[in-house]
Amino acid sequence: MRRIPMAGVFASLALVLAACGGGSESGDGDKKSAALEGRGEITFVTGKDTSGNLQKQIDDWNSKHPDEPVRIIELSDKADEQRQQMIQNAQVKSDAYTVLNLDVVWTAEFAANRWVVELPEDQLPISDLLAPTVDTGRYLGKLYAVPVDSDAGLLYYRKDLLAEAGIDKAPTTWSELFAACDAVKAKVSSAKNIDCYAGQFDKYEGLTVNASEAINAAGGSVVDEQGKPTVNTPEAKAGLDVLVNAFKDGHISKKAITYTEELGRADFNGGKLLFHRQWPYQYASASDKEESKVAGKFDVAPLPGSNGPGVSTLGGHNFAISAFAKNKATALDFLNYMTSTEVQKANAIVIGKAPSVAALYNDPEVVAKFPYMPSLKTAIENAKGRPKVVKYGDVTTAIQEAAYAALNGSKTTDAALAELQTKLETLTQ
Amino acid sequence: MAIPIPPVNTPAKPARKGQDAKSTRRFALLLLSPTFLVLALVVGYPVLAGIRQSLYAQAEGLDADGFVIEGERFVGLENYTALFTGERGSAFWNAFFNTTFFTATAVVLETIIGVILALIMHQALRGRGLVRASILVPWAVPTAMSGLLWRWIFQPDGVANAILNQEILWTADGWQSKLAVIIAEVWKTSPFIGLLALAGLQMIPQDVYEAAKVDGASPWQQFRRITLPLIKPALAVAVLFRMLDTLRMFDLPFVLIGGNKDSVETLSMLAWDEANNLRYGVATAYATILFLYIALLAYAFIKIAGADVIGEARARKASVKKGAAA
Amino acid sequence: MKRVLTYLGLAGVIVFCLAPFYWMVVSAFRRPKDQFDSTPWPSPWSTENLRAVFDPDNMFVRALLNSLFVAGMTTLLTLTIAVFTAYTLARLDFRFKNAVLGLVVATSMFPGISQVVPLLKLFIDIDWINTYQAMIVPSLGFALPLAVWNLTVFFRQLPFELEQAAMTDGCSRGQAFRKIIIPLAAPGVFTTAILVFFMAWNEFIIAFSMVNEKSMQTATVAIAKFTGMRGFDQPFGTQMAAAVVVTVPLVVVVLIFQRRIVSGLTAGGVK
Repeated sequence: MRRIPMAGVFASLALVLAACGGGSESGDGDKKSAALEGRGEITFVTGKDTSGNLQKQIDDWNSKHPDEPVRIIELSDKADEQRQQMIQNAQVKSDAYTVLNLDVVWTAEFAANRWVVELPEDQLPISDLLAPTVDTGRYLGKLYAVPVDSDAGLLYYRKDLLAEAGIDKAPTTWSELFAACDAVKAKVSSAKNIDCYAGQFDKYEGLTVNASEAINAAGGSVVDEQGKPTVNTPEAKAGLDVLVNAFKDGHISKKAITYTEELGRADFNGGKLLFHRQWPYQYASASDKEESKVAGKFDVAPLPGSNGPGVSTLGGHNFAISAFAKNKATALDFLNYMTSTEVQKANAIVIGKAPSVAALYNDPEVVAKFPYMPSLKTAIENAKGRPKVVKYGDVTTAIQEAAYAALNGSKTTDAALAELQTKLETLTQ
Repeated sequence: MAIPIPPVNTPAKPARKGQDAKSTRRFALLLLSPTFLVLALVVGYPVLAGIRQSLYAQAEGLDADGFVIEGERFVGLENYTALFTGERGSAFWNAFFNTTFFTATAVVLETIIGVILALIMHQALRGRGLVRASILVPWAVPTAMSGLLWRWIFQPDGVANAILNQEILWTADGWQSKLAVIIAEVWKTSPFIGLLALAGLQMIPQDVYEAAKVDGASPWQQFRRITLPLIKPALAVAVLFRMLDTLRMFDLPFVLIGGNKDSVETLSMLAWDEANNLRYGVATAYATILFLYIALLAYAFIKIAGADVIGEARARKASVKKGAAA
Repeated sequence: MKRVLTYLGLAGVIVFCLAPFYWMVVSAFRRPKDQFDSTPWPSPWSTENLRAVFDPDNMFVRALLNSLFVAGMTTLLTLTIAVFTAYTLARLDFRFKNAVLGLVVATSMFPGISQVVPLLKLFIDIDWINTYQAMIVPSLGFALPLAVWNLTVFFRQLPFELEQAAMTDGCSRGQAFRKIIIPLAAPGVFTTAILVFFMAWNEFIIAFSMVNEKSMQTATVAIAKFTGMRGFDQPFGTQMAAAVVVTVPLVVVVLIFQRRIVSGLTAGGVK
């Protein structure tokens, strides 16, 4: 008999399985709004910090709180993998993680699943922080996470080329932007083949950000104030159509459909791109003479819109406290420490992180180093958050699906957005 | 051949001769138990937990306070039937096709290239060490890193387009992304087959070839008639395990092209995606279906290509026994 | 003519295997600032990426040692267990042999990603988080099927008559196994060892999930935690430098050992 009884194998597995039973039990009781108690060692879970500044701040905390030391647990560089590990630990109810560094879009999911605890607003410096950033930490009116840094898109543009073409200010609308590009191409011989505009159009979170911005800039929205999907509207279509048409008529290069932040950065720094929708982080590298061909030749402005300045999508990170952690009182103190003006200022100056503390955007020391801070503040104050939904993962995938299909021409904008509307309605029920 | 004969051992001989099937079985069980123990712990337990999970569904929806309703309920095979209906159904069949397509093309190419690599590594050439080193390199590079490297190579302004003098958007959704995945996969894993085939080659006694040469066989004939049949068992195992791995492919398309792109979405990626969105029941249902599909293909493969891997030894053993009895 | 063809094939093979790797090396030796360049060699050359890899804060040396230990132990244990199992399957006569082989291979048919959460749960319960065994035991489980199958095939191909003869001559089964089978199977055993070692060395998801202490993390995990200078910067150069650092010694060591072990064993065993 030479047969390998796979079916038998499988059947016996199934039999043993019946004996396994048990598994995850449900119902943990409602622990919400219980006071945050317990003092002692805690961990701080975050993607790796690039500056080395974080360790310094932690050391500082540890020297002041020898009985309540903080240990950093570094996660992967990728947001996806960070979220996955946090969820894994929540699912096995591990107390290994105390303070979590969450992307702004994860708040609803973590709060609704009871993975993080509600925070007492009166014990945190909420009034010092920019209102839109605090809002990203709320779920159904309650605070679950407190913002530590923020982010908003800016329009990077080549002021030298615009000046050569006789344009003395950054475009504020899409039509001005494309007209300016045509003018540059016509009048500046060295820029005959320059690409007009790029953002992040590969099929990932960046596309959700860019598509939402386009829709918001035209007066549309992805979801309304109550969280109801509103993408099947003339405004939303007009907004997405700006990008779709730009791809068609070449104002956006075909290859931009593969662009992430980094590929766009390479193009802009390499002098191959006139206008670029990008986060503030590129400012430093674009200004670096060794790395960038456009150092001193560019500036930043608010994103363009249909009839006036556009609307950026809000990025950034919030800190939350794991529901399964011990020593939550220490954790709350630590949140207060990390959102203090002093710590945030150090972060802003050393790594140019956009702080959540409002006053810092006008702090002379910060502005001297990062001149874009005032315009960034405007951008953040006018920015819109992404949909606050528990199933954010599904929602963003659906948005990417629709936007990608419209941009690469496999679906019309109308069809893509109509389908998206139906999908979002199911997902946000 | 000198074989030491320790005389101390002779008393044991009669006992061994009387060994009956029972004691052999007990001995076999003893020798097999560590393997079973490890596999039961590391694979058996999670797989069973997974299969159990696939029969349950998480409670859906939010309660009045906006919290996720906890708990799960038994749904029988509902998670499985859900895979084949509606939008999920088309995603499933698309991923099913991709998985099969990647496996078929990549494994065939890997096998051909792998055998060529083995033949070259086996040659007694000058600089053999260097050749072997270079062949080992792709397999030694960590998968995630090789995915990243190829993503960089396949960028619109990357070196692949520079060499081809084209502007192909390799990482955009479309046929070209399939090609990119296959190229990267074949590069990475041909050495695996090469190494195993080489080990097979090293076991062929040189005198077999001498005899063939005397008989005037051409190199091609030698390869077809001698080399291939003799390395076939080793090669079959290599191909089998490549098949199992490629059918479960996840990292490479994910890192190289990205998630949620129809042209490269595999069944493992679909399972990952469902789990990532906390639908563990559906995710494990995908995993179980994939398991069954792989089991089916592996069974077919062993039947067709590998049957004599197992059969040969038995046949030989039978003949030896007969010989011994005679 | 034949020689020319052989060398032509050889050149083709080397280009096929090394061209992408060459790009990896080139990217590793560019300055991080030049990472988007596509010049065929770095200009200027820079060890900045390499130095970033070995930045004390990354504890990369420690991570390499962890990888070495985990992969080494995995290989050792896998081979020890697999050799016995394979020998049993190849040589002993008992029923359900094919069922055993089937069961063993079936364990590598389940998508690995779905095994993480149950294992994590288990290891938390038995307090294995941040231990070497939490990485070694799963790797062992992933590597065993290949090792068992591979060795079974090699053992089956060996001339059974030799072992039989040795046993008639008074060798015990164990002695016959050690003195006859192992040396003859050396190419197979050694190849299996390489494959298992590489598999374990490159294992990521388990090491990533079971360990949160920096001093316990393996090299692949350490690499995943590299970041760029700012914001969305992708540390491509540093990652490539790290990939070169983990790849090259592996290949060199394997080559040295290969010559030693294969020639040593075959010379000592069959004459």
